[in-house]
Amino acid sequence: MPFGKKVQNKFKNITDTNLLLMITIVVFFAMYIGAILFQGKGFLKPQTFFNILNANASLIILSCGMSLVMITGGIDISVGGVTALVSMCCAVYLDFHGGSLFVAILIALAIGLAFGLVQGFLVAYLDIQPFIVTLAGMFFARGMTTIVNTTPFNVANESFVALKDTRIYVPGFGSVNKLGKYVPAYIEVGVVVALLTVIILFCVLRWTSQGRKFYAVGGNSQSALMLGINVRKTKFLSHLICGLLAGIGGFVYFMHVGSGSASHASGMEMNAIASSIIGGTMLTGGVGNIIGTFFGVLSLSTIQNIVSSAGLDQAWWTGITIAAMLCLFLVVQSVVIARKKKTLKNS
Amino acid sequence: MNSKSVKSVNISTFFLKIFRCQIFIPIAALLLLALFNLIVDPSFYKITLGYNSAGDPVLSGNLMTILDYGSELAILAIGMTLVTAASGGQDISVGAGIAIAGSVVLRVLCGTNSRPDTLQAPIIVAFLISCVVAMLFGAFNGALVAYFKIQPMVATLILFTAGRSIAAWINNNELPIISDPTFKYFGGFIPGVPIPTPFFIAVICMIIMALVLKFTNLGLYTQAVGINESSSRLNGLNPAFIKFITFVILGLCVAVAGLIKVSRLSSINYSVIAKDIEMDAILAVALGGNSLSGGKFNMTASILGAYVIQFLTTTLYKFNVQSDALSAYKAVVVIVLVVLSTPVVREYLSSLGKKLKNKGNVKEVG
Amino acid sequence: MKDKAVLEMKNIHKSFPGVHALQGVDFTLCEGEIHALMGENGAGKSTLIKVLTGVYNKEEGQIFIKGKEKTVSIHSPQEAQKLGISTVYQEITLCPNLSVAENMYIGRSDGLYQNWKKMNADADQILKALDIPAKATQQLASCSIAVQQMVAIARAVDMDCKVLILDEPTSSLDEQEVEKLFKLMRELRAKGVGIIFVTHFLDQVYEVCDKITVLRDGKLVGEYEIKDLPRVKLVSKMLGKDLDDMSDIKGEQSVYSGKDANERIFETEGLVSNAGIKPFDFYIKKGEVNGFTGLLGSGRSECVRAIFGADRVIGGTVKKNGKVIKITKPLDAMKNGIAYLPEDRKIDGIVGDLSVRENIILALQVLRGFFRPFSKAQANKFAEEYIKLLGIKTASADTPIKSLSGGNQQKVILARWLLTNPEYLILDEPTRGIDVGTKIDIQKLVLKLASEGMSITFISSETDEMLRTCSRLIVMRDRKVVGELSGEDLTQNKIMSTIAGGEKDHEQ
Repeated sequence: MPFGKKVQNKFKNITDTNLLLMITIVVFFAMYIGAILFQGKGFLKPQTFFNILNANASLIILSCGMSLVMITGGIDISVGGVTALVSMCCAVYLDFHGGSLFVAILIALAIGLAFGLVQGFLVAYLDIQPFIVTLAGMFFARGMTTIVNTTPFNVANESFVALKDTRIYVPGFGSVNKLGKYVPAYIEVGVVVALLTVIILFCVLRWTSQGRKFYAVGGNSQSALMLGINVRKTKFLSHLICGLLAGIGGFVYFMHVGSGSASHASGMEMNAIASSIIGGTMLTGGVGNIIGTFFGVLSLSTIQNIVSSAGLDQAWWTGITIAAMLCLFLVVQSVVIARKKKTLKNS
Repeated sequence: MNSKSVKSVNISTFFLKIFRCQIFIPIAALLLLALFNLIVDPSFYKITLGYNSAGDPVLSGNLMTILDYGSELAILAIGMTLVTAASGGQDISVGAGIAIAGSVVLRVLCGTNSRPDTLQAPIIVAFLISCVVAMLFGAFNGALVAYFKIQPMVATLILFTAGRSIAAWINNNELPIISDPTFKYFGGFIPGVPIPTPFFIAVICMIIMALVLKFTNLGLYTQAVGINESSSRLNGLNPAFIKFITFVILGLCVAVAGLIKVSRLSSINYSVIAKDIEMDAILAVALGGNSLSGGKFNMTASILGAYVIQFLTTTLYKFNVQSDALSAYKAVVVIVLVVLSTPVVREYLSSLGKKLKNKGNVKEVG
Repeated sequence: MKDKAVLEMKNIHKSFPGVHALQGVDFTLCEGEIHALMGENGAGKSTLIKVLTGVYNKEEGQIFIKGKEKTVSIHSPQEAQKLGISTVYQEITLCPNLSVAENMYIGRSDGLYQNWKKMNADADQILKALDIPAKATQQLASCSIAVQQMVAIARAVDMDCKVLILDEPTSSLDEQEVEKLFKLMRELRAKGVGIIFVTHFLDQVYEVCDKITVLRDGKLVGEYEIKDLPRVKLVSKMLGKDLDDMSDIKGEQSVYSGKDANERIFETEGLVSNAGIKPFDFYIKKGEVNGFTGLLGSGRSECVRAIFGADRVIGGTVKKNGKVIKITKPLDAMKNGIAYLPEDRKIDGIVGDLSVRENIILALQVLRGFFRPFSKAQANKFAEEYIKLLGIKTASADTPIKSLSGGNQQKVILARWLLTNPEYLILDEPTRGIDVGTKIDIQKLVLKLASEGMSITFISSETDEMLRTCSRLIVMRDRKVVGELSGEDLTQNKIMSTIAGGEKDHEQ
């Protein structure tokens, strides 16, 4: 078979998920290389890359949960609000009530689970549109954050600060700083949690039967029902896990910023959605890959880094660029998938 | 005995008729809130006549606040009702849209100088330009929904994120301030008129919409498309275009609300302006008894719903609820309303109602 | 239980409010047999299948399955599956984003882990055994519809099914794909599976089936061996007309006699839409009443929908008074004086929450334009006029149409199109769900309108209605026009034999 035909066949047979994943990875590497070329030496340092991970560990976790819900055909825009609520509650607990770190983590998980439970129930068993349920959830969480404590503050609890400042050194990577001293690269505790989340969720989605059911329900929930899958249970689980991950991600966020504030994680749900879409998860459901989401987060933050190192006003420009990237990826996704369908028809 | 039971049947059917009327829902909510405030603290209703800094007479008090801020919501509710009716979804970018519209007004009036002494253009020109811009963004949303078939809430999420950034960009991130006193009229008071101007603007919008609904087929078309899109097509309608146009109309409403908002401060705060107003707008439509999944609508009920939401907000403020915390309470109200309108819950309630009615009947016979 | 029977249904009764859908129906399916289940609208076909698959509960009757001593009670699709009854529906009920193998196995086991290797190997084995051209790891969406259907069948077969129900499997397949499907069905038959083949396509029934069971009006008409039932007989049994019944009931028909009486007012040439009909030529004269006849699913509605622009036209032309007109959407047709009363009033006809009055004026309103709404008084006048004319039973003109009975809803839709005073009125099953007295009234109305110059196409499952009103009948079978009858040929016999088709080799 001639080479061109071989490539065409491969293109035909590749799954939607894998195709979009390939695009994402290519885009990320293209961007990173572009960053190195245009913004120079800063990007060559390994620590720059690890800092991207450090700053976005919570976003990675949140995006994983978001991808799961999107694969199942739903959406959850409360995750940013939950993150803020978790930060504030843990902060208040640690500093105002002198609590233990362990219990604080439990609180974070409990809050996340509670949101996941209620939202999952409303969506799966009362058939309410996920958007409106989680929109209300977002407003509720944000409002509660202010009710819990009105003013932002930094947490002084010692064990917490110790955990926050823990540096895990990565062997083999490092760079020489201005004084000529070799400084090894490091990652924060949160990054380990994030990577674990990615790996675990990837395995669940690929190698457990429940994992495949998420894809089935997202692909065609009517068919999934006829095939004997408990659709309600699957949708409920997706929201529950997303809520739990919002709780975990919330605590990781808290560990990174070290404070409680009502304006934390502002717009984070949008970033999680954007990362998922850039990572190849389709809004319509049934298609998505956790590894892609991971690269989606990396792409997103690389853009943010480029924007800030180019000297543009970060707050406003990132909003616009993310929305633009999102739009672009939505269009690319639909074009690519449509093209694939066309080649099928013609063959 | 027969005449007695006939009488009770007549009374109950009379009440049933009122209950079934869609506009009963916001009226009931209004009465509840009014009663609540009356019992807890009647001074809530006090209206005082005072004088503002320019020496003009102004009425103030909680009721005035409700009329004032509720009017912005009412204007938005008009457009949101149409969007909901035709597309069965909601537009959550209205807050961001207001930021953009307001920003455009300020830009036209201030030009490149952020603290001009005089207006760089007539206010009416600034307003018209902001209308065009807002309608263009409405068209963007409308195209995504009508032609790309994306869910309304998801499509408008894009502008929800990017809108405020765009608004800031329009003015190069500066915060222009207008010192011309005539600009204040729109969001404040016209000299000599003690009632806040936004109320009059809202009334004008309501009159315009009433005229449009009476002298065009907008109402019939949007309802038909929302109820049964395929049947509408076979009757010669163009459902995609109708959905598209509702978003453009909402854009126009957004521009009006934007003018009011920036006129209040004579300036703008990009991240704070109209924050969370989309929640209020959706609530207003829902409280008006309109189905959030589209179809038949009652515009008057939506408008009334807007003022009721403002009534709720003002009441909460009176109890010293922080503005940031407000959203928590409103979120609960939204969820309760939506849950009550789900088919599952409705069936449960109606079967409950039937059981009670049967119990009542048994009592009468025995 | 009968010898070699794998399924026996005896004396099945099922009712819905107001309708006795199944009245003592018997059905037997043997091992290694392809058995067609046929009947027109309201015959009870789909009800019988739904009783068998557990979607409905029967009120009376017994179901015997091979291997079970006592009768079985089937309460859900899952229970049916456990008993060995599998169904493959017309719409593919698989997940297009999953692989072929996943679609075959998902939802079946309760295991925690996914063993890809085993699943793919097992799937490949089955696909090979059944000669299905697909790979286990392929994404289902990359397979053609025919192959997707075969995968659905493979899944059913692998679940150890004794009874395989195929519900209209060939509706969206082209000829080659249908052949592939038949090959698979024959292989399954050879393996001893009993197949129930529900379809409207006459040719296909005669190509692949061994037996036919005919239902009509909820009752069993009979079970026949294919070789004992020539086509014409089959059609007559389905339509309920005795072959020897020379019922030529023609009421008084005064004919339109204007100057342009013989002119072709609308014509089509090679018109074809994306709904799957073969390109057709058609004409109708001024003041003429013609009809499309044929079995359900033969393409009658699709033809008229193409004329009206309801489906997307992909080729051919429409002419009015000899000039080509462009119809790309319903509004174009309406502006040219065409009106269309759709077959499915629930989906395409009524606008449920709107009032009777609003439903009546809707089409005329759209024609009038956006900026010229009718005044309430005028709208009321129209509504009252037609409520009276057609005898629509409604509490008031303000009642939402969805609370009217089916027959009255139909009258409202009819009123809507009559109000537009069309030159060409297309009525697709206008008397469905209407009481007998009103049926006659509508037929008389059709004749009256025609005599005044309106051209009308009348489509009905009841041929005597069409014989009473039409002066020309276009006969359709399997989505193409197979004949045109007029004058002396307008008899039940001729209709049925045209529908049934000419002699073919595998028929005696």
